[in-house]
Amino acid sequence: MSDLSVNVCGVNFKNPIIPASGVFGYGREYEELFPLSALGGIATKGTTITRRNGNPSPRIAETPSGMLNSVGLQNPGIDKFIDTELPNLLKKNTVILANIAGSTIDECVKIAEKLSSTDVHMIELNISCPNVKQGGAAFGTCPETAGEITRKVKNVLPDKPLVVKLSPNVTNITDIAKSVEAGGADAVSLINTVLGMRIDINTGRPILKNNVGGMSGPAVFPLAVRMVWQTANAVKIPVIGMGGVSSGKDAIEMMMAGASAIQVGAAIFTDPFAPIKIIQEMNDFLDTKKIKSISDIIGSVKPW
Amino acid sequence: MKYTQGKYIIKNKSAIAKNTYSYTVRCPEVADIAQPGQFAHIRVDGFTLRRPVSICEIDKKCGTIRIVFEIRGNGTEELSKLNEGSLIDMLAPLGHGFTLNSKFKKVILIGGGIGTPPMLSLAQYYGEKSVAITGFRGAGSVILQEDFKNSGAENIVCTDDGSYGIHGFVTQPFGDILKKGGIDAVYACGPMPMLKKISEMSKENNIANCEISLEERMGCGIGACLVCACKTKKNDEEYFAHVCKEGPVFNAEEVIW
Ligand SMILES: Cc1cc2nc3c(=O)[nH]c(=O)nc-3n(C[C@H](O)[C@H](O)[C@H](O)COP(=O)(O)OP(=O)(O)OC[C@H]3O[C@@H](n4cnc5c(N)ncnc54)[C@H](O)[C@@H]3O)c2cc1C
Ligand SMILES: Cc1cc2nc3c(=O)[nH]c(=O)nc-3n(C[C@H](O)[C@H](O)[C@H](O)COP(=O)(O)O)c2cc1C
Ligand code: FES
Repeated sequence: MSDLSVNVCGVNFKNPIIPASGVFGYGREYEELFPLSALGGIATKGTTITRRNGNPSPRIAETPSGMLNSVGLQNPGIDKFIDTELPNLLKKNTVILANIAGSTIDECVKIAEKLSSTDVHMIELNISCPNVKQGGAAFGTCPETAGEITRKVKNVLPDKPLVVKLSPNVTNITDIAKSVEAGGADAVSLINTVLGMRIDINTGRPILKNNVGGMSGPAVFPLAVRMVWQTANAVKIPVIGMGGVSSGKDAIEMMMAGASAIQVGAAIFTDPFAPIKIIQEMNDFLDTKKIKSISDIIGSVKPW
Repeated sequence: MKYTQGKYIIKNKSAIAKNTYSYTVRCPEVADIAQPGQFAHIRVDGFTLRRPVSICEIDKKCGTIRIVFEIRGNGTEELSKLNEGSLIDMLAPLGHGFTLNSKFKKVILIGGGIGTPPMLSLAQYYGEKSVAITGFRGAGSVILQEDFKNSGAENIVCTDDGSYGIHGFVTQPFGDILKKGGIDAVYACGPMPMLKKISEMSKENNIANCEISLEERMGCGIGACLVCACKTKKNDEEYFAHVCKEGPVFNAEEVIW
């Protein structure tokens, strides 16, 4: 049994595996299958200031080795989240990352203010959602606004670790990462989904009612590993890696690239037990290689 | 809601119409709790997303469930390649099924095409108290006729091209039966235009219980990811329901067409 625990900007995770925001809801449905305490942490569904219904259906499409989604941040709003979901989650003996999103900087600040007085362990600020018309990805694709929004949100969260979630839909991810680091982010997480599209050739219509959506799943894995590696080399704050991780080997690979913890999204649709299996497989890998602590592999890739 | 995920053995496979397969799967823990109208979310090798397929028959005594599906695309094609003795990975039973009432004296079950399978589990519950009206494109795609007969239900078959049974849509015999009255409940699954028409006809005839099973593309299948939203109304307020959890069966009154 190796030591799987990791520390990400002062927060202890019993293992590095975190179901990603949006695929896991608030954990209730998965609790039927396994105890949530087995997880390193949980990133909750993106929450906005007021309730959102999201985009019209269909909101999901299959792609080669992956999928597209265009949910569009359907959620009950921050007050309902704080009143009904968060207290329950905080009892589960796992790290809770509250994922938040807004269509204006003000909105993001207001949501963060509401969370600052709760016991949530970390805030994950999504500046990269491709599925909302205003804000969302627009913040995440310009280094200046990304830095500004980070600074303003961090301002109201002096005591809580702030993770800023980055978009892969940019020319240079390291510029954005450096900018949010300068703005006071305690960590960054990446990648959010990659903008994609599928068309039904029999009807000539896009499969998603939103026409375009965010791609995730194994197909984006190499892209995510590259971006995690570049970002980890560009900033001093920890990187939480995600994008296409579906096995323990994938998680190890992404940690070697520089990730301090790993989020798992689409793989949970394929196999709801994926996070549990990934934890087990990581443990087996470390045991076989006689590596004592998972922390030893973070950023251990030896580039040519 | 209770469900499990596991790999279960296919005890019986048969091709029951062109491109349409029936699997009987041994899964006692699923059979034990499954309800008519619920579905299984099936993993298919090589695909990221599972495929939702209705539970067609539940045999608690033998610990089996049956599914019947048609090849529609790559996923169902791959699924059809499994054989007797192979393992099938299912997350089941999922969703909110049909409301059953042992006091009902006469119920109508309507299945359009590949929407027919979930009607069989209802026929097995209601037996002789049920009339199953099933509609297909043509004689080659008629399914489950023998099974409906064995359940005790009366089965009226319609085909679009008249190559078998009544020439025309299911709404024609449905209208005739409605006229005679005495119907306690209507249950339906099939294409949206059919469901819409059935809901309207049921409403016009003051049928208090009209339940329909909807389809939507799914991710998690258990209510966590919110991809399967469909617009419904609850107490006259618009509400985004999740087909996988609050559905797939809805009261016709709740659906916004
Ligand atoms: C609750 C429910 C019960 C169902 N029961 C049955 C059944 O008993 N028998 C049967 O033959 N079919 C049933 N279906 C439809 C079945 O899920 C689709 O035909 C199947 O998913 C198509 O997969 P594919 O890979 O062959 O097609 P593709 O078009 O290649 O699939 C691509 C993606 O779209 C999804 N998709 C495509 N069509 C549908 C659809 N109509 N509904 C939902 N998702 C779809 C697939 O799941 C997959 O994620 C049911 C659907 C739902 C929602
Ligand atoms: C259905 C779905 C909904 C998502 N919703 C959110 C969200 O609300 N907020 C967010 O920051 N990311 C969201 N994401 C992105 C994931 O958290 C993750 O960044 C992305 O899917 C890449 O990981 P994966 O390849 O393991 O899925 C969503 C992804 C999916 C598939
Ligand atoms: S498919 Fe995930 S909520 Fe319905």
